[in-house]
Parts: sequence; C-alpha cells; structure tokens
Amino acid sequence: MSKRFQDKKRGEIRAVDNVSFTCQPGEIYSLLGANGAGKTTTLRMLATILEPTDGTAVICGHDVIEEPEKVRANVGFLSTATALYPRLTAQELVEYFGRLNGLDELTLKKRVDDIFNRLDMNGFRDRRCDKLSTGMKQKTSIARTLVHDPPVMIFDEPTTGLDVMTARTIITFISDCRDRGKAIIFSTHIMSEVERLCDHLGIIHDGKLLAHGTVPELRAKYGEHNLEEIIVKVVGPLLNNAEA
Amino acid sequence: MNFRNIGIVYGKELTEWLRDKRTLISTVLVPLLAFPILMVGMTSLMTVMIGRAEKETAKIMIIGGEDSTQVLEKLRRVKDLEIVPYADDWMKRISEKEIRAAVDVPKGFDSALGQGKELTVKIYFYQGEIKSSFGANHLEKFFDDYRDSVISSRLAARNLPTDIIKPFAVKQENVAPPEKVSGAALGGLLGYMVILLSMTGAIYPAIDLTAGEKERGTMETILSSPLSRVDLVLGKFFLVLSASLSTAILSIISMGTSFYLVGHSGAMAKKDAAAFQLHIGLPAVLSVFLMALPLAVLFAAALLTIALFAKSYKEAQSYLTPMTFIVVIPAVASLLPGFDLNPKLALVPILSTSLVCKEIVAGTFHWNYILLILLSSSVYAAAALFIAVKMFQRESVLFRS
Repeated sequence: MSKRFQDKKRGEIRAVDNVSFTCQPGEIYSLLGANGAGKTTTLRMLATILEPTDGTAVICGHDVIEEPEKVRANVGFLSTATALYPRLTAQELVEYFGRLNGLDELTLKKRVDDIFNRLDMNGFRDRRCDKLSTGMKQKTSIARTLVHDPPVMIFDEPTTGLDVMTARTIITFISDCRDRGKAIIFSTHIMSEVERLCDHLGIIHDGKLLAHGTVPELRAKYGEHNLEEIIVKVVGPLLNNAEA
Repeated sequence: MNFRNIGIVYGKELTEWLRDKRTLISTVLVPLLAFPILMVGMTSLMTVMIGRAEKETAKIMIIGGEDSTQVLEKLRRVKDLEIVPYADDWMKRISEKEIRAAVDVPKGFDSALGQGKELTVKIYFYQGEIKSSFGANHLEKFFDDYRDSVISSRLAARNLPTDIIKPFAVKQENVAPPEKVSGAALGGLLGYMVILLSMTGAIYPAIDLTAGEKERGTMETILSSPLSRVDLVLGKFFLVLSASLSTAILSIISMGTSFYLVGHSGAMAKKDAAAFQLHIGLPAVLSVFLMALPLAVLFAAALLTIALFAKSYKEAQSYLTPMTFIVVIPAVASLLPGFDLNPKLALVPILSTSLVCKEIVAGTFHWNYILLILLSSSVYAAAALFIAVKMFQRESVLFRS
C-alpha cells in the first residue's frame, strides 16, 4: 500500500511508500518507527479510515477499497485519536457501537455484560465518559473495539500517555486477544512492549518498510540482541545520508 | 442507505444534544423565556417611562414676548408647563436637557393679533429626545388652542357661525378585516423570524457534530465503525434539522405568548394594545412552517458542510457567524416595499420564501408561486445535502490539518 498527500508548501508527500506485510490469526504484528514514520497512516488505511493511493489490503477476505464497510465490521480499531463521546455513559457508548455493528439487543446485552466483567468496568458503567479517568477511558475504548468480537484488532500506540498499571492491563489484554485467535496489528515506540508481545515486527521509516521478520530473525540478521540497536542499524544509515 | 443505522446515529446524537447544557440554554431557555421577559418587560417599562414623561411638568423658556403680556399670562397658566427665566444660552440648555423646549413669541404679538396680521410662533426642541418632543407638543397644543379661541372670537365679533371655517369633515375608515391588518404588519415578520430562527438554531449543533467531533477526537472513532458515511451524514443532518425546527417552533410559541401577554396585560392603552393582538390563524402559521421546511433542510445541510471543513470549533464559528448575514439580508429585503413576488424572484432562495410567507399570513395564497418556491427550494436543499454527503467522503476535509 502507498499513500500520498498533496501539500501546498511541500508538494507531494509519500506518507506510506509501498508497505507490504501479512498478519495471521493468533499473531501479533508490530510496526515500529519514530513519529511521522508512517505508522498511523498505514493503520488508518487498514481500518479504511483513509484510502490507499496505490495498492490495497485484504482483511478477512475483504478488500479495503472495494468493501470498506465489511472490513470495518471485521476490525476493532483503537488509536490515540479515537476518543469517547463525552456526554454518553460508558455503557451507552459501547452499546452504540454494538448496534452500529448490527448486534441484536439480546446479543448486545450479553456481550456488554461479558466485556464489562472481563475488563472490570462495572464500577463505572453508568458514569459519563467525560467524568472517567484516563485508565477508565482506555478500558471503555477497548470495550468499544471488542463489542462486535472482531477477528482483527488494530492498535495505534495504545499505551501512550497511560500510567504503568493501565498500560500493563492493555498489554495483558492484547496478549489475551492473541490467545483467543485474533490477528493483531499494533504500532508503538516502546521496545519492552514489542519484546513482550510481538511475533513479527516491521521497522518503518519515512513511509518505507525497511526491515521485517520475527524478533529472532532480525536479531540474527543484524547481529544485535537489543531491539533499539537493531533500529539504529536499520534507520541510522538513512539518517546519516539525509544529514550529509 | 440503512434506515436502522441512520436512526441509531440520530438517537445517539439526540441523547448527547439533550444532555448538553448549552443546548438547553440556546434552544429551550432563551427562546422560551427571553422573548416573554423582553417583550412584557420592555413594553411595561416603556409605558411607565412614557407615561411619566408625559405627566412631568415641562420646563420651557420664552424668547421675547415682553410686549405681549396677554399671551404670556395665558401661557403661565398652563398647568403642564413651568416657565423659567430667559437666558441667552437657551439653545445649549435644550441640548443639555435643562429645559425641554423654548418658544419664540414675535415682537408685538398681542397687538398684531388685534390687527389681524400674519405671525409665526417658533418652537425650538431637540428632535429624537422624547421629553423635549413632549414639551414642544404641549407648547404647540397651547398655541393651537389659543389660535382657535382667537378665530372663534373674531367670528363671534362678526356674528358668523363657527362652522364657516370647517364646511366639511374628513375621516378615514378601515375596511380590512383584523387578520389582514395584523397580517400586513406582522406577516413579513413571522416568515422572517421562522427563517432566521431555523438558521440560528442549526448553527450550534452543526458545529458540535462536525468540527466539535474533530476537536474532541471522536470523528476517527465513528469512522472506524462499519457505519457508511452516507448514514453518518444523514443521522447528523436529521439532528441538526430537528434542532433548527424546534428552535423556530419554540420561539414562535414564545413570541405568540408574549404578544398575547402584552396585549392583555393592561400595561398599555387599549389603542396600542390592539396592535399586539395577533389575528394570525393556525393554518397560516403551519403554512409558513411548511414553506420554511425546505429552507431549514438547506440550512442544516449547508451549515454541516461548512462546519465540517473547519478544523476546530472556533474556526467553524468564524465561518458560520457571517452566514447569518447572508440569511438576514434577503429576509429583510422582503419586508421592504416594492419587493413583490414574480417568477424570477420565486427562484431566489430565502427571499422567495420570505415573500410568500408575508402573503400567506396576510391571507393570500398564490398557489403557482407556492409550488414553484417549494420546488426550487427543495432542489437547493437536495443539492446542499448531496454536497454534505460528498464532503463527508473526502479525506482532505475530514482530516484537514
């Protein structure tokens, strides 16, 4: 997939340039890269919020350009930009997205009760979203992405700005999703999360996927154990060229 | 298009809208309470103030007239006037409201009257200053009465009857039924108010549902759901339309109540109160709303589109506030004399609706124009809605940064 934007001052910008990877059910694929590398744009294209300029992606047999609504029905998308409706309660919000996903009232009730129990959210289910703490908000967002039980989950920097305990809950939850057989794609720049969670990872810089494989594969290829050192080896030469 | 999804979006937007305190204030409290309070309060206050000003003794000054003791003596006896001694700066004193008016009695006034010479009495006052006008009116009435008494005595001296100078009387009689009278006076106003209020009522929700969502970060949340963009726009559009119409309906109910209260409060003289007695029937009011419906659709769709283009709430406000003028100008133009419906004007949005509403309230139904206007404004409304849907499908608008 590629995505180009037109900028009045800078001309054409290649935000994502020919990025290609696969992620299987029960697998976690992590996109690693600095701010502005193209992670969010890639994930937005997979969630059909943006349309690729070139190329396409297929999720659960549905093409992101041809059948965006079917793709979205199979995806749970969570990013730093997916906020909550301030004047709805946590339960109302989750129910709203359940209904939009076509759930009937009986299934919806069972699903909501199950998720609220699993994520320990019953203490604030009737509280308005603008009165929730950051951690409670993030749990509500997760409940929102889970309500239609999608086979694919996309997380864009899901732990950014969270305290240690909440971040830990999220990481455990992502790991739990994998165990349930979901395909998970997530972006981060926290190395410990990658080491703990991911099966495959891709290093993205300036819109290009520079390296990808399993963590052991990348360690062997670049002769480094530390992920940070691997990234420096992959991205460093490009940065030096740009400076020169 | 999925009606179930449109309904779900509408229901959610309605819940959020009703829970917003700003909605309660701008859509319910202000129109329901502000109009009656302003109307009743202002008219009562005005009646009291004007009544007091009329009853107050007016300080006036006499310029000249030293040789005309007869008229001065009569002037001094007028109970609503207090004569202050002459000063050279009388004009300044009128301007500074120390005295209400001044009267210039020509030299030799008394003797000239006896000889039947033509005279001019000048009254000086400050135009636009109500108390000064009242003072000048008192003076004018005194001199009118004095002139009449002089005429009567001259006629009596010649043994002539008083009606010799008034061989016949002239009187105007109204033949228009009451609803036509109030229709002409208030008809334009009703259409104008409905049009303007359905516009202003749509502004806040249109911003909140588009630029507001962008600012709060919920736009991406909803775009990641399987909901189609068409259903999303339509759900939002119906909410903005509901807000627009409910603002207009509540305001009209409130205005009607205010007029009723003012007309029946006894705060005004019967003659003035009659002007507030509305004789606009329910069918006329409903017809006005029917005519304004396509316009409300046009406003809701257009405002949604423009507000969606903005990156933030503030930016959207700066785009939409000038829109009020675009609506006010043609709506006001329709109230001006000389603007009458014709086939070309029937195609001009806002102006045509405002003109036809004026006619409807006055009891005239031009069916050919009504159909033409309904058709043309429906076409404009459909075009605006189509553009709104298209804008919601453009990434450059949704993610403008």
